[in-house]
Amino acid sequence: MTVLRLIHGTAALVAAASLALTLWNGLADRGDALAFGVLIAVGELTRWSDAQARQAAPLGAAGSLSYALLGADAGRPSQHDAAQVVTVVLVAALLGAVPHIWSGTAPTVDHLARRVLTVGFAAVCFQPLYNRGFFASWDGSAYALLLLTVLALTSLCGAVLAAALAHCRTGWPFGPLLREELRGLLGIGSAVCATGAVMALAVAVAGLWALPVFCLPLLLVQVSVRRYAAIRATYRQTIVSLARATEIAGCTPAGHAHRVAALGLAVGRDLGLTGPELTVLEYAALMHDIGQLSLVDPVPAGATAALPAAEQRRIALLGGAVVRQTGVDPGVAVVVERQADPCPEQPLAARIVRAVNAYEEKSRDAGPEGPLRALEDLRLGTSGDYAPEVVESLARVLAQPWAVRERLPARRTGLSDPAPGWVTHG
Amino acid sequence: MDVVPARAHGYAAAVALLAALTLVPLPATPTPWSALALLTVLHTACEHVVRRRSCGTFYPVLLAGAFLLPPSAAALVPVPAALFSPVEHRPALPRRLWRAAQPALAVWGAARVHEALGGKDAVTGSDFPHVLLPVGAAALACCLVLTALDGGLRAATGLVPLRRAWRGLLARSLAPVAVHGLAGLMMAVLWRSPYGPPSALLVLLPMCVSGWVFAQYHRERAAHQATIRALVQAVDIKDGYTRGHSERVGQASVLIARELGMDDERVEVLRFAGILHDVGKLGVPTRLLRKDGPLTPEERRIIELHPEYGHEMVRGISFLGEARAAILHHHERLDGSGYPYGLAGSQIPECARIVAVADAFDAMTSTRSYSRARPVAAAVAELERCAGAHFDPRMVTALVRAVRRSGWHPAVTADEPAYGTPSSEPASGTGARR
Repeated sequence: MTVLRLIHGTAALVAAASLALTLWNGLADRGDALAFGVLIAVGELTRWSDAQARQAAPLGAAGSLSYALLGADAGRPSQHDAAQVVTVVLVAALLGAVPHIWSGTAPTVDHLARRVLTVGFAAVCFQPLYNRGFFASWDGSAYALLLLTVLALTSLCGAVLAAALAHCRTGWPFGPLLREELRGLLGIGSAVCATGAVMALAVAVAGLWALPVFCLPLLLVQVSVRRYAAIRATYRQTIVSLARATEIAGCTPAGHAHRVAALGLAVGRDLGLTGPELTVLEYAALMHDIGQLSLVDPVPAGATAALPAAEQRRIALLGGAVVRQTGVDPGVAVVVERQADPCPEQPLAARIVRAVNAYEEKSRDAGPEGPLRALEDLRLGTSGDYAPEVVESLARVLAQPWAVRERLPARRTGLSDPAPGWVTHG
Repeated sequence: MDVVPARAHGYAAAVALLAALTLVPLPATPTPWSALALLTVLHTACEHVVRRRSCGTFYPVLLAGAFLLPPSAAALVPVPAALFSPVEHRPALPRRLWRAAQPALAVWGAARVHEALGGKDAVTGSDFPHVLLPVGAAALACCLVLTALDGGLRAATGLVPLRRAWRGLLARSLAPVAVHGLAGLMMAVLWRSPYGPPSALLVLLPMCVSGWVFAQYHRERAAHQATIRALVQAVDIKDGYTRGHSERVGQASVLIARELGMDDERVEVLRFAGILHDVGKLGVPTRLLRKDGPLTPEERRIIELHPEYGHEMVRGISFLGEARAAILHHHERLDGSGYPYGLAGSQIPECARIVAVADAFDAMTSTRSYSRARPVAAAVAELERCAGAHFDPRMVTALVRAVRRSGWHPAVTADEPAYGTPSSEPASGTGARR
């Protein structure tokens, strides 16, 4: 929590100091300030409401970075300083965030803090040196490379900042979060950096006309990314429905697949899984019981953890065959198939699914002492059924109720109760 | 499509010859050879990265070439990438020639138009907004050439009748080429600027990322469709006699929706409504679904739960929209005697009324455990008899009209062996249920 306060406090300090300096000195190059301000505000207006998106407002980010790195306008050197950059970006971002604050859909404070700190970093690296004429004698290509270097450094800082904020907000381990942020830099992050550099250079060559023309490819990226996110969300909903087939068919109790998936994700995060691995884990956890659809006689209450090992393995193989038909990542089918193997031979995701499933089955109808006794059972687990590191991670996750309870769907009493929203990561 | 008619061979050869003719003045023109080489390498690399994942040529580098180089030199840029690209289908040589010649001619046309309108000086002086006019004209010229050549190929292969060969091609290619044209303009302006070619390279990064994300989108969409198919197959396995029923009901629903003049999006939703209308049968014991002979009232009551089971399963899938209501209400009847809620008349959602007619029609025209398939004419007569009491007469009329006009030839793709096969036991008999 203190890290969160530190980040917010620093951002507020930087913003206040810049605002004061700009008010004292007045705005230089008003036309540029206005044009970039409008671009950033529009970019922020089209921000996603999805809190999990890594680059929620690519156009806003690219516009702010290019204003921070703007050295000239149609050949005439620009006069603005780092404080003015932060002020313009802050005001434009605030204006663009009004609808988001109004509807209360997206977390705005973290977003603004990130924007102010990253842009401030880039501007402080670049503007003072430029205004002193440090780069005047540089070759054009070298100058372009310099901009890229500053942008790369800025993105690294931005990734660390974003991971720190996410770590404070969710309590998930910092390392995997940072890795995920860095991986995101390769995709849309690189497009944002490239567009920021291109716009700064293009305005220097061709004037403000370049802005509308040059933000077009980034808009294209934004549209593609949104369509991709939409189809991913739809796909996930369909997988959830498929997973519910076992509940509708009466093979498993209502909400079991949901709970295993949510708890499994929390354990997976705790063990340092990221991105695609988490998706595989989530889909496999959702569909881990699907093999029971092919059984002649249903397992009593769907509790597979109490069955003999050979029977468990047979159901797992049946499930793997079903999952292969569904066209999901083959990795999901492998996890489902091997969820009943001895744990030294299993992939990590399969170990997690097995332990979490067993915990869910043992604890669900065992009264108030159920969870503790179930954990004890898993710890004592004979002949290496449950991987010790997974069980310890599960105990850690369960010990921080604020990190789990809000994300675990409440136990539902009937099929027709609405499922509360639960965690998504992609 | 391994057989290519001789006409198409001739057509490809003619286009290749034309493209070769555009290269003839090359030795006589002053050409910036290093820029040409750099652009060619860039284009080959981009094609290698982007094309492998998604179809379609990557135009920004080509159009940047058209804005920077003389026409005959610009036409050379796409050639190596096409000649060395892997070809999936035989015969390889005509395909490679075509892939090289078509963009070469298009780029040549764009470069000619751009040059004629004085675009080269505008790019060098980065004279905004005047530079946009020649660029727009060049992109349009590129589109026109591409469309003309594409339509010609479609006509030559005989896949499409001559009249319809060119229809819709221009509208489809205009928007992507326009965006790629602007990216090409950015490349050209930065290339000529003091910041030089390295800064021009940066323009390509967003375009490549966008192409990459787009390819991922397509992959995910294909996986999603496979999952929907798996849901349908799961029903088909349980209910052996209705193999293919779901898909045929989907097709009949589409027929009705098109006949009623619904927009494409709604037609698509109705297709899903038809495909998934019986998905709730997953929750009904197989023993009941496959039972020969009359059902007891108790058994009938259990089977009649399937619309509610189905709705329960799919209600979390938001893209299905009103298809979810269709799944819940497809057994309601117009006079209120249906289930689950006994809705009547206009209380029943429109899509549910469509699926009800399609469902009944396919049930009658296909073989079931309790009856043999009837001819289409008999089914139509039966539908018309029940219109007003069970079915919405509007939907019945629409189906009858559509079937009379184009006939009823359902094509079913879901007849592949379904899952559950690795087990030695039948994938049925899920036993007692709630």
